[in-house]
Amino acid sequence: MVRILWVILLAVSFNCFAAIDAYPFPDEQLQQRYDGLIAELRCPQCLNTNLAGSDAMIAQDLRREVHRMLLDGHTDDEILAFMYERYGDFILYRPRLGAGTLVLWLGPLLLLMFAGFVWFRLARAKPEVLEINTEEQARLDDLLRDSDP
Amino acid sequence: MTFNKSLLIPLGVFGLLVVFLALGFRLQDPHLLPSVLIDKPFPEFELQDLRQPDQLRTLADLSGEVSLVNVWATWCPNCLIEHPELLRISRETDLPLYGVNYNDDNGKALGWLARHENPYEFSIVDDKGTLAIDLGVYGAPETFVLDASGVIRFRHVGPVTPEVWRETLLPVVEQLQGMSDG
Repeated sequence: MVRILWVILLAVSFNCFAAIDAYPFPDEQLQQRYDGLIAELRCPQCLNTNLAGSDAMIAQDLRREVHRMLLDGHTDDEILAFMYERYGDFILYRPRLGAGTLVLWLGPLLLLMFAGFVWFRLARAKPEVLEINTEEQARLDDLLRDSDP
Repeated sequence: MTFNKSLLIPLGVFGLLVVFLALGFRLQDPHLLPSVLIDKPFPEFELQDLRQPDQLRTLADLSGEVSLVNVWATWCPNCLIEHPELLRISRETDLPLYGVNYNDDNGKALGWLARHENPYEFSIVDDKGTLAIDLGVYGAPETFVLDASGVIRFRHVGPVTPEVWRETLLPVVEQLQGMSDG
């Protein structure tokens, strides 16, 4: 019974792949480059989906374009440059280093340096030693004795 | 009590946070992408004319004077919203308005123009979306302002409402026309 259920579940779950268009490639290597490129390019219409995961019209068109360019013998860099020239930084999930993207690249480094600085300051600060006189010590001993069960 | 300078650290962190959040939460549509094609020549193309299928249109057909290029489609609801304004612009100004019929069906597109009236000098059939990709288009409608030498000077994403025309597009057009006259 459980096995039948599994079979039904599997059959149903394949539906979600059916919407993605499959492009034929003559060899496995091109197919892998295609998969890599559409995973790395962001769909311009959607805010945070790559070309591989989007059903938007523009994503379909751009996947077709990537497929065509791969078959035409373009390199990955040429294809990424083609997309960059048209859609700018947004389309690359790994943005290029430029004036507009500098903060993306250096931000984490600056935060890390700041955290290191704070940590250094805290680690170097000497713990404060509390002076205690005999009168206070006696009172403290009393309190500790009283609290014993 | 002496003033402890380290008390300023949380204040500084808070200040930085305010700056980042202010930049991040500006009242702006996150769908609007900065266009990389501003000040670049309109891409070359060779595509069919929608109403005269035996005629091929090329970049040469768009150049010569300041013009508008509007990317539209029958599947695009906002295209219907901006349509009256496009009709008004084509009627009341002598600014040439060209259409790029994007990822559409020619039959449907012709029916749409017949039904809603045609504001365009001509419409280019971009049924594969290749010209749209060259233009960095990611939806419709989009409107480009071209100068007299066919260079893209402005891009508007979304419908051309009367406000958009008055406050955004018209000033750009007038400035460009002034430059080409002078």
